Amino acid sequence: MDLSSTEDRSGKRAATQIPAAPAAAGSSPLAAAAGAAARTSSHEVTTPAPQVNVEGLRSWYGEQQAVRGVDLRFAANAVTAIIGPSGCGKSTLLRCINRMHEEIPGARAEGRVTLDGLDVYAKESDVVAVRRAIGMVFQKPNPFPTMSIFDNVAAGLKLTGTRGVDLRDRVEQALRGAGLWEEVKDRLGRQGIGLSGGQQQRLCIARAIAVEPRVVLMDEPCSALDPIATLRIEELIGELRANYTIVIVTHNMQQAARVADTTAFMLAGELIEHTATEQLFTNPADERTEQYVTGKFG
Amino acid sequence: MSALSFTTSPRRRRTDAVMRGVLLAATLVALVPLVLVIYMLISKGIGAWSWSFFTTDPTGSFLGDPGGIKSAIVGTVAMVLLATVIAVPVGVGVALYLTEFGGGSWFSKAVRYFVDVLTGVPSIVFGLFIYITLVIGHGGFAGWKGSIALALLMLPVVTRSAEVVLLLVPNGLREAALALGAPRWRVVARVVLPTALPGLVTGVLLALARAAGETAPLLFTAVAANATTLNFGGRMNSLPLQIFNDVQQAQDRLVQRAWGAALTLVVMILLTTLIARLASRRSTT
Repeated sequence: MDLSSTEDRSGKRAATQIPAAPAAAGSSPLAAAAGAAARTSSHEVTTPAPQVNVEGLRSWYGEQQAVRGVDLRFAANAVTAIIGPSGCGKSTLLRCINRMHEEIPGARAEGRVTLDGLDVYAKESDVVAVRRAIGMVFQKPNPFPTMSIFDNVAAGLKLTGTRGVDLRDRVEQALRGAGLWEEVKDRLGRQGIGLSGGQQQRLCIARAIAVEPRVVLMDEPCSALDPIATLRIEELIGELRANYTIVIVTHNMQQAARVADTTAFMLAGELIEHTATEQLFTNPADERTEQYVTGKFG
Repeated sequence: MSALSFTTSPRRRRTDAVMRGVLLAATLVALVPLVLVIYMLISKGIGAWSWSFFTTDPTGSFLGDPGGIKSAIVGTVAMVLLATVIAVPVGVGVALYLTEFGGGSWFSKAVRYFVDVLTGVPSIVFGLFIYITLVIGHGGFAGWKGSIALALLMLPVVTRSAEVVLLLVPNGLREAALALGAPRWRVVARVVLPTALPGLVTGVLLALARAAGETAPLLFTAVAANATTLNFGGRMNSLPLQIFNDVQQAQDRLVQRAWGAALTLVVMILLTTLIARLASRRSTT
């Protein structure tokens, strides 16, 4: 994986070594979380994905600070959920991982974000290459309205100028990966915005994974969907773990409980607790976490 | 508290009727000149129309056959097209800078302000500007100088309409493309511009329709000529100037030709606007 160049990543992706999980669970909650992730992500791994580390992350919108020094470790090939009340900085944190945060005028971030040790914010890291390695799915399904279903999925490859790829092959692969192939294979030429909300969101997931990222960020991907479409997406997230490291921001605690291996709780721009999902919801270490997950506030 | 009732008082009903009447009357008054203009145009202009009216050049002779308006139609179309070719890339480029790259910088605010000022500049000022900078002492009148005057006139209109349309492109689409790892210029070229295209076309056509009817910018830049020409280096005829010159003549036949040319111009502009409407309708579906 190379974040310093904008060259085409048309060939097969290079195998990335997953760093060995920390052997001893230390006293810090971070280490405990990583240990928990190693235990819970016992599913099959098809493509090894990188571990994402966030260290001392702080970010601002103009004068207002949204994230106040967060250290967080997202285990490889696992689903990590970030929960917390509105305005706690969880979406901002997510957008700092693929450097989408800086697209907002006046926004800036400090700290380190690394993928298997490779610094996303390093001087020689190219923002375009970073985003190619870290895909993103947004809250509202946002397929490109001028493009067909096929072109929407192929958009990432075309927009990044990737050549030497069999587009048809890659589009089918991505649509299969997003669990949408059977539903749209006979109407690939139709407009993407003609699909239902849930299908549109799976189209957006297909679009994101078609460029073969290593990490997939999801910013409340089901908040605009009905329960059945939500269920489909959640099943999909479980399957995607085999190939990607997944970080999902969600408002919905039940959703975190259903999909995530580990869950992080944020409050007012700070990380309160990050541990195995079951433990966070049943036996949290921090009182504020307990109050939040039991519905005392938020 | 009074008893619950779903009937209105007679007074309220009367006020409603009166207000409706007043608004209807205002609308009718506004329609009168509009209908009259169209009526006059058609009744006086249609008589001038004939096959030869559209296929022959003005002869320029005061006696005998005055000829048609072919050179004026060709000249207007040619000059307006050249003006469009000049104004659209610059205008859309400025709008793209303002919406996609400039952000809220002081420079883009200044640019936006000056574009607004330009929109309000009378068209004769653009004609004068070209006259002073390009015509006097620089080889005299020429079609391309007329086109530049028209382009200056179109520029703020194209810029403003393009900016509005580009701002309508949902930000989520830009973010989606950027998050895929697309460089910003590709996001603009492949996502933003195609999404905004129908609206851009509408804005350009409306600016074009406005430029086609302008007399002042051409009055002392392209002037008038009799012969049909596509040579932008020489004088070029145009419909507004043909009308302008013919109306001043004492001969009825020439005044008649002015009406015919006026009707032709209006029909051409109407068609352009109609196409603009269709283009914008396509964008909403």
